[in-house]
Amino acid sequence: MKSEEFASVKQNSNEYVKQVANEQYKYGFTTDVHTEIIEKGLNEDVVRLISQKKGEPEWLLDFRLKAFRYWTSMEQPKWGHLVLPEIDYQAISYYADPTSKSKNADGKPKEIDPELIKTFDKLGIPLEERMALSGTAVDAVMDSVSVKTTHTKALEEKGIIFCSISEAVKKYPELVRQYLGSVVPYRDNYFAALNSAVFSDGSFVYIPKNTRCPMELSTYFRINARNIGQFERTLIVCDDNSYVSYLEGCTAPMRDENQLHAAIVEIVVMENAEVKYSTVQNWYPGDADGKGGVLNLVTKRGHLRGNNSKLSWTQVETGSAVTWKYPSCVLSGDNSQAEFYSVAVTNNFQQADTGTKMIHIGKNTKSTIISKGISAGRSQNSYRGLVKIGAKAEGARNYSSCDSLLLGSHCGAHTFPYIDCHNNSAIVEHEATTSKISEDQLFYCSQRGIPTEEAVGLIVNGYAKDVINKLPMEFAVEAQKLLSVSLEGSVG
Amino acid sequence: MSAEQSYISLYQANRECLMAASPEVMNTLRDEAIAMFAQRGFPSRKVEDYRYIDVQQAFEGKEQYSMPLPTLPLNSSKQGVITLNDASLLNRYYSKIADNEDAITALNTAFTHECICIHVGKNQILDHPIELTDTFTSDEDQMEHKRIMIVLDEGASAKIMLRYVANNKTHILTTQVVEVYVGDNARLELYELEETHTSCTRFNNVYMKVGRYANVKHNNITLFNGLTRNTIKATLVGEFSEITLNGCVMADKSQVVDNNTLIRHEVPNCTSRELYKYVVDEQAVGAFAGRVYVAEGAQKTVSEEVNQNICASSDARMYTQPMLEIYADDVKCSHGSTVGKLDEMALFYMRQRGIPLAEARMLLMQAFVGQVIDEIPIVPLRDRLHIMIEQRLKGELDKCVGCARCK
Repeated sequence: MKSEEFASVKQNSNEYVKQVANEQYKYGFTTDVHTEIIEKGLNEDVVRLISQKKGEPEWLLDFRLKAFRYWTSMEQPKWGHLVLPEIDYQAISYYADPTSKSKNADGKPKEIDPELIKTFDKLGIPLEERMALSGTAVDAVMDSVSVKTTHTKALEEKGIIFCSISEAVKKYPELVRQYLGSVVPYRDNYFAALNSAVFSDGSFVYIPKNTRCPMELSTYFRINARNIGQFERTLIVCDDNSYVSYLEGCTAPMRDENQLHAAIVEIVVMENAEVKYSTVQNWYPGDADGKGGVLNLVTKRGHLRGNNSKLSWTQVETGSAVTWKYPSCVLSGDNSQAEFYSVAVTNNFQQADTGTKMIHIGKNTKSTIISKGISAGRSQNSYRGLVKIGAKAEGARNYSSCDSLLLGSHCGAHTFPYIDCHNNSAIVEHEATTSKISEDQLFYCSQRGIPTEEAVGLIVNGYAKDVINKLPMEFAVEAQKLLSVSLEGSVG
Repeated sequence: MSAEQSYISLYQANRECLMAASPEVMNTLRDEAIAMFAQRGFPSRKVEDYRYIDVQQAFEGKEQYSMPLPTLPLNSSKQGVITLNDASLLNRYYSKIADNEDAITALNTAFTHECICIHVGKNQILDHPIELTDTFTSDEDQMEHKRIMIVLDEGASAKIMLRYVANNKTHILTTQVVEVYVGDNARLELYELEETHTSCTRFNNVYMKVGRYANVKHNNITLFNGLTRNTIKATLVGEFSEITLNGCVMADKSQVVDNNTLIRHEVPNCTSRELYKYVVDEQAVGAFAGRVYVAEGAQKTVSEEVNQNICASSDARMYTQPMLEIYADDVKCSHGSTVGKLDEMALFYMRQRGIPLAEARMLLMQAFVGQVIDEIPIVPLRDRLHIMIEQRLKGELDKCVGCARCK
């Protein structure tokens, strides 16, 4: 090759790399759709207004007001290994409805705005049921409102309820009232109290006894409007001898200011039931200078009430400027099993303080924690986890393994496990390692003509395999791609 | 009156007396320290480092204990390394690394009136270990605030044992602050052995600063106690230094042992190792928090931390918290932590061979903590500790070691 040609090829490849680097967050577009947004600020009237807009019964308004009053008496916690930007709760709007224009007088949507359908199509979430064979039912939530839930008919035949929580409040008030706040009470923590006061939409899932949910259920959350907070609320109840696999995905536009996302997910698992909850979290992480990005402050908890019940959390966390969440399990039922698989990737100025809590109460309960942290750029990535063995948890067993991988000399990886053991028949094991990608592995790849960046992607994917393997197939492919993209520009 | 206020009043009442008894450098820090204590107050359980013990409760009502101000009848050792209130050392080192932001260290700085100084000069190698035994024999309830300073100059080498013994069943409250300065190329083996009794409350804060190519081994053995809190904070400030923090705890009755360690890797190429083993029985509470901090730029750090624990009864509690905080990428850091029970298979094996259950259990526990003892390089000390642990497990320790009772 002539030297000029070589230079041009090199130039082109540089162009390509630049292009890819600039493209890093491909879901950063905004949708131009008429959105009804309420006034900024938070007070009792706002709480009443949200409740009124959703046409809620009195008991739910009471619940919201109690939570709001409790929230005002609290202070924002500071104990995380995070620098949380100042959140001005009065500068955020707590309700934004992009479907308002297309609603009838009675509040039910006539038809969905084609812009919204286009948006979700672009995100890879088909709202038309033409994809019936894809095997996934979707509840699509934009800002504060559920846009559409697919496949509800097919599910109804089996007695499965899958709808937005606002719809569930109207259609199945008894069920919602029975379980709402039973796993995460509004007094649980600061952000749980805030969510309980102003929660907007999310999904409600009820799997009746002896039912295996025939398809994956999925909720897709999208923040679109400016200066709003999203307060999703998801409630999953899986009755005796049933099974459900639930997926959650999320994205947001690129904006210079931080966006607040404070969600609650509650899961109730009854006797012999099994729930699998998978998340691929890809909120906007902020730009390369740490400007903007979503503040992801979430309370997720599952209660394994029945004997022999099983709950598995799998999360791939690549987005958000700040991630602060601990999907937890309370193992009350005897012989119940809980699992937590997590990959958390932070790049640039992202911060993550995430992990889990395993609270063993029942006899012969088992829990497994596998956590993989990857930090690059100037990011900080912490694992924080609690394993608590109650005095009556005879024969409880826990195994935790937390590995951290560091890419770059300015990032941080931290491990803060807590083990509280109150029972002498329990066996609890925890191990953690922190290291960087070994020179030998990189050298091996280079020798075989694999460029460094690709090699890092390859090694990271191998490192995260234990967790990715636990994801449903479609998600696993997506997660793998996401891992490589999130780390682009972090090498060299 | 709050617990804090009663200690502040106690200080004000005794200020003149303390001032008169101690060297100037200690006096200059006193008022500042009590002000810091007043500002901080006793740490509550919400303070991360003190989440496993109720400090306020431990101090409450004990301000009435008598606080004698004895001056130790200290005969300088043959090599002239132990002195009391050595002015030149105090001026250079006193309270330079002790963290008065910690309420207990601040309280100690305010109340302490003498400092035992162990100074090993440049390239001086002590051929015999030094043992400092702190024996409580008083017949009345007592409070004590002790200060120890260990300075090893460049190339020095020493083996030091601090032993805490209590013979009488009177109530005792002690706070102790130990400052350890290990110069370049120096070697220090520091042993702390506690054999007090259930009415003893001890707060022991050890601060270490370790220089280039230095090697430090710290062994912390708690055989018998009431409530003990050991805080060990070591900072590695010279490259290629090595530190080992080992410890074992045998706790039963309603004993509480809380060991809180921090190793700060401030520079590259250092190695740290940590091994802590607990056996908690009856209603005892064991707590371990070990943090390894690797600063930005401290590349090639190697750190291994292991904490293993056995809960031997259904009322025993064990809390463990091994932590890594890492800001450099080219490091190899790991920690492992387990809480479990005695191996059923091993017990079965021994019983099959005619060893009674109680003895089999004892053998296993002995072997379990034995790993920590086996790492001690001084052979006679190692043998003695093995015997002491055996006695401890048989419940004979409080009969034999405290001589007052044997007579």
